[in-house]
Amino acid sequence: MESKLNLDPKLIESARTAASNIAEDVQEFIDEHTTTSTERTVARLLGIDGVDEIDRPLPNIIIDNIKEGGGLGRGAAFWIGNAIVQTGDDPQTIAEKISRGELDITRLEIASDEKIKEAIYPIAEENVAKIKKNREKRDNYLNTIGEGTQPYIYVIVATGNIYEDIIQAQAAAKQGADIIAVIRTTGQSLLDYVPYGATTEGFGGTYATQENFRLMRKALDEVGEEVGRYIRLCNYCSGLCMPEIAAMGALERLDVMLNDALYGILFRDINMQRTLVDQYFSRVINGYAGIIINTGEDNYLTTDDAVEAAHTVLASQFINEQFALKAGLPEEQMGLGHAFEMDPDLENGFLYELAQAQMAREIFPNAPLKYMPPTKFMTGNIFKGHVQDALFNMIAIMTNQGLQLLGMLTEAIHTPHLHDRFLSIENAEYIFNNAKDLGNEIRFKDGGIIDKRAQEVLKNAEELLRQIEEEGLFPTIERGQFGGVKRPRDGGKGLDGVSKKDTGYFNPFIDLMLGGEK
Amino acid sequence: MAVATEKVDLTKVKPYGDTMNDGMVQLGFTLPVPDGDEAVEAAKQLVKKMGLNEPSVVYHEDLGIGYTYFVVYGKCQHTVDYSKIEVPKVEVDTMSKSEVEEYIKENIKRDVTIVGACTGTDAHTVGIDAIMNMKGYAGHFGLERYEGIEAVNMGSQVPNEELVAKAIELNADAILVSQVVTQKDVHIPNLTELVELLEAEGLRDKIVLVCGGPRLSHELAKELGYDAGFGTGSFAEDVASFVVTEIVDRNLI
Repeated sequence: MESKLNLDPKLIESARTAASNIAEDVQEFIDEHTTTSTERTVARLLGIDGVDEIDRPLPNIIIDNIKEGGGLGRGAAFWIGNAIVQTGDDPQTIAEKISRGELDITRLEIASDEKIKEAIYPIAEENVAKIKKNREKRDNYLNTIGEGTQPYIYVIVATGNIYEDIIQAQAAAKQGADIIAVIRTTGQSLLDYVPYGATTEGFGGTYATQENFRLMRKALDEVGEEVGRYIRLCNYCSGLCMPEIAAMGALERLDVMLNDALYGILFRDINMQRTLVDQYFSRVINGYAGIIINTGEDNYLTTDDAVEAAHTVLASQFINEQFALKAGLPEEQMGLGHAFEMDPDLENGFLYELAQAQMAREIFPNAPLKYMPPTKFMTGNIFKGHVQDALFNMIAIMTNQGLQLLGMLTEAIHTPHLHDRFLSIENAEYIFNNAKDLGNEIRFKDGGIIDKRAQEVLKNAEELLRQIEEEGLFPTIERGQFGGVKRPRDGGKGLDGVSKKDTGYFNPFIDLMLGGEK
Repeated sequence: MAVATEKVDLTKVKPYGDTMNDGMVQLGFTLPVPDGDEAVEAAKQLVKKMGLNEPSVVYHEDLGIGYTYFVVYGKCQHTVDYSKIEVPKVEVDTMSKSEVEEYIKENIKRDVTIVGACTGTDAHTVGIDAIMNMKGYAGHFGLERYEGIEAVNMGSQVPNEELVAKAIELNADAILVSQVVTQKDVHIPNLTELVELLEAEGLRDKIVLVCGGPRLSHELAKELGYDAGFGTGSFAEDVASFVVTEIVDRNLI
């Protein structure tokens, strides 16, 4: 692609190399550790599901049992495999026995590693095949009924009731939406378990459960066939159950997942060690399942200034790109996040936004960039808000963004009403069609405002990345470099779920999904 | 400022479109019925019941699932007596940042400690950040930048217990609580719980307690046992002015 901004390829290369070294440094830490949530994910992928009589999920029960027995460092696959060898039961039965207090999984006699792996791998392979099938089914849909063009129109539903969400989602699809995200209930990211079953009560969103995923998937497949367009389903694979939700999403054919450890660290105060280890496994799963991840850099601009902190967004995108590559997630699935969040009173703000959006496009040419709408300066003046959203849509079509999370004129007032979404989609469709090829028709003035702005942001990002490379990612976050939020290495939620791996640890799904044929 | 020439009868105020007392109101809403002549008639009848005469449906569109969106104009028949309206407000003359700093120096003569948080399950820090963080909002610096104010922003999803513990640890003069998510009234029990905790700790009288958020009024705040409530359009200096004068007025120096 021809650069319209005269970005220096050497500077981009240097930034990318620094980001790669930063990720490599953290990866060493990741490879030495596991977490309760990572092991619960292994349990889920081995077919363990359901809850006991007081609604405790079986994956939690079995991992708690392993942890209490001091066995977390060996991993769930080891203990479940051993239990299969010793009892002849399948994983679900083993989990049920533990829940009834009939079995203490770490007290069983230990079989040879070879026997354990022989017991585990066929089960793991069978479930990985299910995920592969889902991927094929999606491809088949895309090849037969087709899809909308990028920027994909991405809207949220957030009623709290999955059945009400379905009505709103189907309406949105008929109005032109390509992606439906079901916002999670407030606070779910801090739950250290995934609730079970269909749910009808939530605050500001709906619980992410496997059953809710299944219900919405079915509804979107139906409406997709009706409108002749595959409708993608998005949820939130972040928080304390990050990899578990990735597994559930892979099993229920979700298409897009918010998936960003940095976001959880900064904005949900989740412990950095915990969530970076969790992120790795979740990205391996998302990568294998063909799920587009969304990263959360856009949020930095809600707490920090969108002009001054623009380079932190770019730096974080570079780091997220490298973490994703390490987990085998291809560029085509990297929905790197950024946002249109400058103060509307800023003179030439539109030019700066345009510069930054074009810059992101050129630096990550194959990534379906996730572009987030104005939120911070939405006031309740719905009419002005609709114009702000129009400018945002204008930039998206001019710079070929991938996933356009539509702004709502009623942002800052309430979760969208049915007609709010209609008006937003109408706004986006009008602009995307009316200015379709504008981006191809224009160049920016050499040394002009747009040109210079993009170069400045890149230069600052490159400097920041080299500084982080020197210092390490953990200390950088401790200093409050991203989003102006400081988080200590040993602070936040979920640290007690982190464990060093013992010798003999294995996770069959990393082998099968990362190394395996896609 | 240009002033309208026509005399307004403040005892009988009604909406203004382009002519005094024309009562013009615009509405946008959805009815769960399919688009068509019957839908338009239903919208008109409904708008009449709302007290708007001569309803005119200027736009209607099917929303994809047999529901219809309407834009409707009508003429309001009702009036209100503006001259008799009384709204409870935070009673403080807002000082500028430097005036607040000067006021602290002269009247309190020590640093004022203010702890703030988004409590409960609320993850939206935009309000508390606007008031507390160095940068502030829309050119109004936040409390962190005030000389003489020690501002601690605990961020989002802070349990009430932790907030109270922090206030005790720092011997705080004031607590600011932000509640942005008010869907299904989730903020009411949460705000009430904080008051109860402070009372249980014997702290309520020794502390200035303030809440804020887009859907919080001063009236509601007082009802819930807070000293003040700040809604949209409040800046750090409004909150700071209230807190420092309250400290002096209540002799909490």
